[in-house]
Amino acid sequence: MNVTRFSGIAFPVLSDRVFKWSFVLPAILILVAFNILPLVWALVLSFTDYSPGNPEWHFVGLGNYLEILSGEAYWESFSVTAVYTILSVSLQAAVGFGMALFVRRNFPGRGVVAALFLLPMMMSPVIVGLFWRYLYSPNLGLINQITGWEVDWLSDARFTLWAVVFVDVWMWSPFVMLLCAAGLSSVPAHLYEAAEIDQASTWMKFRRITLPMVAPILVLALIFRTMESFKTFDLALGVAKSAQSAPALVSLKIYGLAFVTWDMGKACALAYLVLALIAGICSIHLRALDQMSRR
Amino acid sequence: MKEVSSPRRSVWTRLRGPVLLVAAIVMLSGYLFPIAYMALTSLKPADKIQSMTPGFLFKPGLFGYVEAFTNRRLPVGEAITEEERSKPQWYHRMAVERHNPILGPSGLHRKFLNSLLIAGLATLLSVMFGAAAAYGFSRFRIPAGREVLYFILSTRMLPPVALIIPVYLMYSKLHLVDTYTGLILLYVAFNLSFSTWLMKGFIDEIPKEYEEAAWVDGYTRLRAFFKIVLPQAMTGIAATAVFCFIFSWNEYVFALILSPGGTVQTVPTFLPNQVASGRVEWEAVAGGSILFLLPVMLLTLLLRKHLLRGISFGAIRK
Repeated sequence: MNVTRFSGIAFPVLSDRVFKWSFVLPAILILVAFNILPLVWALVLSFTDYSPGNPEWHFVGLGNYLEILSGEAYWESFSVTAVYTILSVSLQAAVGFGMALFVRRNFPGRGVVAALFLLPMMMSPVIVGLFWRYLYSPNLGLINQITGWEVDWLSDARFTLWAVVFVDVWMWSPFVMLLCAAGLSSVPAHLYEAAEIDQASTWMKFRRITLPMVAPILVLALIFRTMESFKTFDLALGVAKSAQSAPALVSLKIYGLAFVTWDMGKACALAYLVLALIAGICSIHLRALDQMSRR
Repeated sequence: MKEVSSPRRSVWTRLRGPVLLVAAIVMLSGYLFPIAYMALTSLKPADKIQSMTPGFLFKPGLFGYVEAFTNRRLPVGEAITEEERSKPQWYHRMAVERHNPILGPSGLHRKFLNSLLIAGLATLLSVMFGAAAAYGFSRFRIPAGREVLYFILSTRMLPPVALIIPVYLMYSKLHLVDTYTGLILLYVAFNLSFSTWLMKGFIDEIPKEYEEAAWVDGYTRLRAFFKIVLPQAMTGIAATAVFCFIFSWNEYVFALILSPGGTVQTVPTFLPNQVASGRVEWEAVAGGSILFLLPVMLLTLLLRKHLLRGISFGAIRK
């Protein structure tokens, strides 16, 4: 092989073709091995009654899917997840947008303040969940101690969902804030100046300038959060005492099917249904991303 | 124009910065209160933790940290055996001092080492493969490159619980369950899409002319990559690395399922177990958690110029 030497180091002369593929292929191979292969495998499993303890498994066709779609419990977990997602994403939109309106203003140390607000979302969700489990605990927890309430946040099904939603909002509103603040800072100042000349009210300025200019980026943030909320797993496990007392989110359901009852075929079928849902949201998301980065 | 002429306006203009900063600090302390309270809890003695009233006044000590790294006998009462007395370990001495029968290390230090090793190596590898792939996608015409890139990114959006089932079966066959290699490889694969995508953005921003000038000087493509492109992309690579590290450090689902034996267990899967049964020693949980979160907090502050770009998957470049 041809070699050129610079300061004693041999650099092989590669043709562009060889160079290109030796740079790109390792990544593609890893992704195929750990993403594509498992996906195909899971799809095949979803048509079987496979279980690790059962060597004699059979193809059951669409059996798993039909069982899930006709099972009350699965519909319930989908609806719990949907309610959870809608609640937490819409609260995050409101809180995050409000925070952005504050953070975009000019003051010393603004960058550090914004970064500090982002601390919760950079932390491990299980550990954050554990924090909050302590705060929520009925007798020793700060929330009940300060308010004087006697709410059993983590056992009473009426409250567990809200308890987890609240933590999710606490963790992820700063994410919406950061994206919206970026959107706000890209609004050209001359629009506001023009509105000033026209003596537009503050509400009018917000309604006609701020909101439409930030809308694309807000939508991007919300789609992002919708996908993530739909996958919520570790946060719920951290906050709740156990998988049983946690809200019946689909991720927990898949986990239970696969690694508690070892019913892997059905777990894969459920996973694929979730996957199809997320892929739908995801394709909208990617189109939005594409438009953003083209601008 | 109007601003300058109005004196009231000018006072406000001068005061606005400090006033907003004070408001920001008040809001921040409210927002981050749960974290501060956890730090406070880690310094509380056990009897204050068990109290039914909120206590903010107490004599602080490193209770949470000592307890996080040790196993204690509960209830208090049993003494250290003769044998242990003759060859005292540090925790035995501490037990005598504390009148609290410490049985030995809880193993948390091992989990920290595991976390560090796994997250560190996974970050290194995902940045290496990611940088190479990013350069390839940035500078060459790859057939269906755009689709491949989208596909790479979309793998990051699948629910991890769905991916883990076949991975678990695959790993069982390959004897990779409960191994460092297995967990590291999986993290690399999971980070790779993100790191390729993000670094492609950074490399796209480096003018091609720099390399072309180097080729004219007789550099090979490979040498130009190492000597021109990589140094130029260094901040981007560092930011990507920090994101990959934080992800691997925090990861829970894969670690939970792929370390059933506990040999490669990481901190996020270990800490919740301490809450599992009996009286919860919240001070110990708090101590372990705070130590675990500290590196992430520092890295987040270091990363603050690139946070936006990283968390939006490179969609927003400022």
